[in-house]
Amino acid sequence: MKPLSDKAIERLRAGADEPDLAGTRYRLLERIARGGMGVVYAAEDEKLERRVALKVLDVPGTDGDLATRLMREARVLARLEHPGIVPVHDVGTLADGRVFYTMKFVEGQRLDKFIESVESVQDRLRLFLRICEAVAFAHARGVLHRDLKPANIMVGPFGEVLVMDWGLAKILRGEIPIADRAADPEVTIFEKPKSSSEESGSTKSSVITGHGTVMGTPGYMSPEQARGEVEVLDARSDIFSLGALLRFLLTQKSPAGIAPRLDRSLEAICTKATAEWRDSRYSAVQELGQDVSRYLDGLAVGAHRESIFEKAARFYRRYRFFILLILAYLVMRVILLLVLKR
Amino acid sequence: MDENSIQGGDRFPLTRWSVIDAARSSDEAERVRAMDTLCAAYWKPVYKYVRLRWNRPADDAQDVTQGFFVQLIERGLLAKFDPAKSRLRTYLRVCVDSFVMNEDKAAKRRKRGGNAPHVALDFAGAEEELGGAVIDPAKIPSPESLDDFFEKEWIRGLFELAVEDLRKHCEANERERTFRLFEEYDLAGDETISYDKLAGEYGIPVTDITNALAWARREFRRGALDRLREICGSEEEFQREARAVFGWEAK
Repeated sequence: MKPLSDKAIERLRAGADEPDLAGTRYRLLERIARGGMGVVYAAEDEKLERRVALKVLDVPGTDGDLATRLMREARVLARLEHPGIVPVHDVGTLADGRVFYTMKFVEGQRLDKFIESVESVQDRLRLFLRICEAVAFAHARGVLHRDLKPANIMVGPFGEVLVMDWGLAKILRGEIPIADRAADPEVTIFEKPKSSSEESGSTKSSVITGHGTVMGTPGYMSPEQARGEVEVLDARSDIFSLGALLRFLLTQKSPAGIAPRLDRSLEAICTKATAEWRDSRYSAVQELGQDVSRYLDGLAVGAHRESIFEKAARFYRRYRFFILLILAYLVMRVILLLVLKR
Repeated sequence: MDENSIQGGDRFPLTRWSVIDAARSSDEAERVRAMDTLCAAYWKPVYKYVRLRWNRPADDAQDVTQGFFVQLIERGLLAKFDPAKSRLRTYLRVCVDSFVMNEDKAAKRRKRGGNAPHVALDFAGAEEELGGAVIDPAKIPSPESLDDFFEKEWIRGLFELAVEDLRKHCEANERERTFRLFEEYDLAGDETISYDKLAGEYGIPVTDITNALAWARREFRRGALDRLREICGSEEEFQREARAVFGWEAK
């Protein structure tokens, strides 16, 4: 046999990369992206005649770590039916032995690209609140995302926000069927977040399994996650990531090259959310969202104790129209009095 | 080594999933097949590596390559391999280095042939792939790029085995035309080839070309992964090596 040239090897690699969709209802369209676990393709669901995103592992086999993670990701998504979380349609194993799942095909932009076109701080904060809603929903259903970052958020053509890539998600106690726990060797099960007084001494005892592997994205993962303390992770770990995400949104430059000014209240919200010690962070995503909403409404935020001048400035900003109206009225009265006295 | 055996003949798959397990087996036939499997996948990268890394003349490198595989059997080196500590190919490369360093002394003592694997070694072909020229020491790559060279040659060897498996599979299933299409489109390295051109040449619809090539690639991929699984020490190593072989980790 003739030896294989380097070109032939590259061609064989490219050919072998394509998933074998024989026997499925899907037809391969194009490659969209490559992630840590495998590849995402655009495919057509021939029965429903719609475009879907098909995520498939590189390596065949259903019992490896990656296969377990992909299956778990699909199960987690199936559990999270929310407008801010991409819905999963199907899961299975292809003829070539690779595990796959299909999900809604999301057309839009990644947040890190989209944000460049959003100039006002208020619009950026409203975007952030929609991310918080999806994450809060997941927490309420007992799921931590553990990899929240701009690249994992998509913004659709109508401004809809979708939290993607739940491959590192962790499932909390009480929301997952017992059978699934047994089937998933990687899952770490722990109590939902408690107040600091309740917490001491009880968290460790609630751990059933876990292996301390560090997974996440530097800059966005919480210190405890970076230390591999899988057993102590709770909602506050995602809150740290949301805080880092908020800071990113508020400091990213607009197309004009101008970065929004981060005022003290917003700085305080970011600082509280990304506190080194998780007890110092918000205890729930809703609490973080409420602080951001209060800022948008011109109210005092819980993360920042204002000075009298800051209170006055905020009061002025909030009621500027009425204050100016009253001032204009008073000026007019003074002028009238002066004119009449003459 | 037996010049007329496995290459070109039927392939006996190992009964154990890994060559490492098989090499430690108490069953002599299983051990021999394990060594044949290993030798088929590694002899060419080992030979080329010895030629370049150790700058050995062709006939000397042939002796070293054969001697290395004999020693693997005689000294039970494979049994000492721990999949938890390294990849098999890294372990073998280190063994080759150590073997070559001791080769002068060992060559005088060793009587080769008794336990040699039954794999035909086409040294002339391997030499042709190297370019056939006398190797200029100044052009010998650095040790780091020699690691890459060994890996690249190992992948080439693995793919050649998988292509050969596919050819036999096509012949056994009367799909010779499919293999010819696969050869022309995927192996020939012709940038100008297209599905339309092949369809015209063979007088069949383009969809038939698409289906035939999809089948051949699927079978090639399956064959390459089967071969790879045999020469890995653990499922974890297999997953890691599969990503390296198909370039998935680099993308």
